[in-house]
Amino acid sequence: MCGIAGVIHRDGAADVGTELTAMLQSMKHRGPDSTGYAVYGPADDLVVVRFVLAEPNKSTGFGMEERLERNRAEVESRLAKIGAEVATVSSDTGYAFRATIRYGGDLKALADYLEDVDGCEVLSLGSSLEIIKDLGDAETVSGQYSLGSFRGTHGIGHVRMATESEVDLASAHPYWAYPFADVAVVHNGQLTNYHQWRRRLEQHGHRFQSECDSEIIAVYLAEYMSRGLTLETAMKHSLDDLDGVFTYVCVTGNELGIAKDEMAAKPLVLFESEPLVAVATEEVAIRALVQREVETRDPYEREVLVWQV
Amino acid sequence: MPGSGSRSGISYDARGLVEPHADMPDNIEVDGDRARFDASELTIRQINMALRQLIYNDGIADVTVLNPASKHSLAVGILKRCRIHFEGSPGWFACGLIDGPEVTINGRVGWSVAENMMSGVVTVERSAGSLTGAAIRGGDLIVKGDVGARTGIDQKGGTIIVTGDVGINTGFMMQRGRQIICGNAGMNLGDSMYDGAIYVAGKVRSLGVDCVPGEWDDADTELIERKFGIHSLGDPPEFQKFVCGKQLHNYDALEPSERKLVIH
Repeated sequence: MCGIAGVIHRDGAADVGTELTAMLQSMKHRGPDSTGYAVYGPADDLVVVRFVLAEPNKSTGFGMEERLERNRAEVESRLAKIGAEVATVSSDTGYAFRATIRYGGDLKALADYLEDVDGCEVLSLGSSLEIIKDLGDAETVSGQYSLGSFRGTHGIGHVRMATESEVDLASAHPYWAYPFADVAVVHNGQLTNYHQWRRRLEQHGHRFQSECDSEIIAVYLAEYMSRGLTLETAMKHSLDDLDGVFTYVCVTGNELGIAKDEMAAKPLVLFESEPLVAVATEEVAIRALVQREVETRDPYEREVLVWQV
Repeated sequence: MPGSGSRSGISYDARGLVEPHADMPDNIEVDGDRARFDASELTIRQINMALRQLIYNDGIADVTVLNPASKHSLAVGILKRCRIHFEGSPGWFACGLIDGPEVTINGRVGWSVAENMMSGVVTVERSAGSLTGAAIRGGDLIVKGDVGARTGIDQKGGTIIVTGDVGINTGFMMQRGRQIICGNAGMNLGDSMYDGAIYVAGKVRSLGVDCVPGEWDDADTELIERKFGIHSLGDPPEFQKFVCGKQLHNYDALEPSERKLVIH
């Protein structure tokens, strides 16, 4: 059981960090183990790289501080070697980092090169996407990463109750659609043809960071969008190709989309107004965002909806 | 009113699960056998505690709950004839397992409203989520809007009326009772149903396994007109009737000792 949420402001930037935190915190009962965000700030000519060098519960201990520092230096060195000009590198935690770089090359090559550093996992790459995830509830993670001051047009979030894999960052959502810039996914459900699709996508050169079935959706969408399909078309294809019960929310640099499987087995409630669209697993999260009576509805089976900023 | 206490928000235990606040709310207004209170700052436990105290112990017959704010599991398990009015939208599992109350909700409800209701009336003035009226055994459930998937799944009695559309697997494994759908129905209507009847005024996307068109008779007309009259729903539209084809499950073929389990 997990909780997912998404919000898109069609009329410009808002406090999406604060908004998603309120929505996710109201669904803490659906998953207290980890919380994740994919939020979109103003697009920049700089590429934002969010990466971690260790799992939070393995980031301390003998020699760990030196190791993290050494690996951070190695990441910066590799960024320079691959032709990226590093503007800033900062860390809120000691193990999770945010770098802004000037880079016009191949993002896949960049991600692969960085992830070759011991313990390094690239959480997101893009001109406006930032994926932040950590252990704990929404307020804890938001406080840790100062998300209260994050302004942007849209974002998604996820609270996780670990039932079938570890309580760690690798299994926490959202998933970046490696190697596609600015695309991320959160998912609630189970995919039953995970291994089939994983093998197929790996044969196309994609890599997976976790054993979590949700990661398939992000990589699947990346694969189809790299062939020139729109987000909406790729999402519609996914309803035929992915088996299981699922509801997922996907975001790109200027879009937010939802998809429900053909059994409509997993919950999602939708609030739509002219400036604001919000989706969440439960109505209580919509109420945490819009603090008045509003009309909401459950999207039906095989429904795919996409909104633009 | 008995009891008093703070009106703090939800807190969580060490596992991250909701820690119910157990103090009686101190904002209840009582007027004769009627009462009302604002639930916006109350926990689920406090709201249900107040409802039970008022209805069971204080002789209150009519309670209005203001601002339920989509909180879950409100008015669950009330087993007494009374009136409860929600001014706003409760969340999931509202009015589950009730036996007797007449509930009006002037907002929307989330999943599983009136699940396992034994008797009573639940009227929702706007839309509802999935699993509306799941496994109800009696009473009337009226939703004046669209509902999600699996409406009346495993229904064992009572009547569900939806003035809008319903989603996939409506009436799945329905065993008894009536569903009156004024809008369209999604795929697999009445899939694997055992008995009962589903009336649909709009289009049916597809019928489920062993769900077949039924023969209309005067009892159907009488039932629909009576229900529309009781609940002030205006003139009923024309309906198609769908029933169990009795190829998959057939109560008529049960042994006498088994039949008593499914008597009307």
